[in-house]
Amino acid sequence: MAEPPLERAKSPGVPELAGSVQIRHVDAGSCNGCEVEIASVFGPVYDAERYGARLVASPRHADALLVTGPVTRNMEMALRRTYEAVPEPRRVIALGDCARDCGVFAGAYGVAGAVGDVVPVDVEVPGCPPPPEAIIEALRGMTGR
Amino acid sequence: MVLQLLVVAAGAPLLVGLMRQIRARLEGRAGAGVRQPWRDLRKLVRKEAIAPHGTGWLFRAAPPLLAGTTLVVAAAVPLVTADSPLDGVADLFAVAALLALGSVALALGGLDTGTAFGGMGASREMTVLALVEPTILLAVFALSIRVGTTDLGAIVIATASSPLSLISPVSLLAAVALAVVTIAESGRIPVDNPSTHLELTMIHEAMILEYAGPDLALIEWASAMRLTVMLGLFAGLFAPFGIATAGAGPIALLVAVVAFAVKVALLGGVLAAGEVFMAKLRLFRIPELLAGSFLMALLAVAASFFLA
Repeated sequence: MAEPPLERAKSPGVPELAGSVQIRHVDAGSCNGCEVEIASVFGPVYDAERYGARLVASPRHADALLVTGPVTRNMEMALRRTYEAVPEPRRVIALGDCARDCGVFAGAYGVAGAVGDVVPVDVEVPGCPPPPEAIIEALRGMTGR
Repeated sequence: MVLQLLVVAAGAPLLVGLMRQIRARLEGRAGAGVRQPWRDLRKLVRKEAIAPHGTGWLFRAAPPLLAGTTLVVAAAVPLVTADSPLDGVADLFAVAALLALGSVALALGGLDTGTAFGGMGASREMTVLALVEPTILLAVFALSIRVGTTDLGAIVIATASSPLSLISPVSLLAAVALAVVTIAESGRIPVDNPSTHLELTMIHEAMILEYAGPDLALIEWASAMRLTVMLGLFAGLFAPFGIATAGAGPIALLVAVVAFAVKVALLGGVLAAGEVFMAKLRLFRIPELLAGSFLMALLAVAASFFLA
């Protein structure tokens, strides 16, 4: 069973959000490796919810977008619109090597670019896929708990 | 009465937090803490308010209307005290109608966005509402026949003065019926799943997908209050112990607040624990469940005539 956090997060978090970050996950063309890690982050072992992070069903409810995968041409407009649907203050997390610099898919014909080429990115999490610890670290940097 | 409003308004998000915490613990997680819903609300209020393109005044009017009707219901229903200044005007019918008004306002707000999910959620909510409202009325009718009035405060006072009258088939049938509609009205498993991310299975969530910031905070807060009021009404009707009467002193009021908090927390805990072990019903099975509870309420009314 997951236990309450032992120490406070190192960063104070985003002050406007004050310990509560709702996250909308956007798969912009990922291979689903990152999605498996996200699922385990919110499962009983890592339990990101104890730090105040929660996945929600609508970008309008969200404070942060969690974007995975290189942005494919089909998802470029969808990602931009999702970003516009999130009320301010908003943050974008680029999760995994593909989201940061297209990874192994760099230069592929269906890829429009990295997440940073489409929407402004605030936090990057490296790894292919990133380990749950790294994702938790990024989320705690936002909630500050 | 002001005290009762304050207790419900401040306590409702804590009840939701408690239920989430119980679920988290039973699932082997640590949970976000009981105060997390209040943190969510504080953050949502500070966020930017966005209304989607093409929505009108209905979309903006729905959250305040929902919160307003819920506050009036919270003032009229005997939760902490059976003595309400609204007694003359707010009986059982007014309470059921106010709850329905809030639901209809939210359903219209969901329809106004013009998205597929908003309309789908609205139509489902209306299906559930049409089956829930008559059952609430009938279940409380069964209890009001004994007292001879539909005034909720009078029913609670009469039951509190003769607790043995609770041990009867009438109360049992009415309790089962009211328990089922309480779950349906507040959108919990097995009728609706409040933590779902699958749009196709949503009822309540589907209507509020397009709300953001302060509007969303109002809706979340009102939904939490509705859950608290429904659980409190259930507790008040079938365990009316500790509820203060007219002219009660500060100590009696304090006892009443504590008794209310304990009863609602207990009911919420049972509900949350039950949810962990239960799956959501298929949408087409929900009318069967609600029709069953309606039948229970009807039998309760019939029994109260034959056994009286």
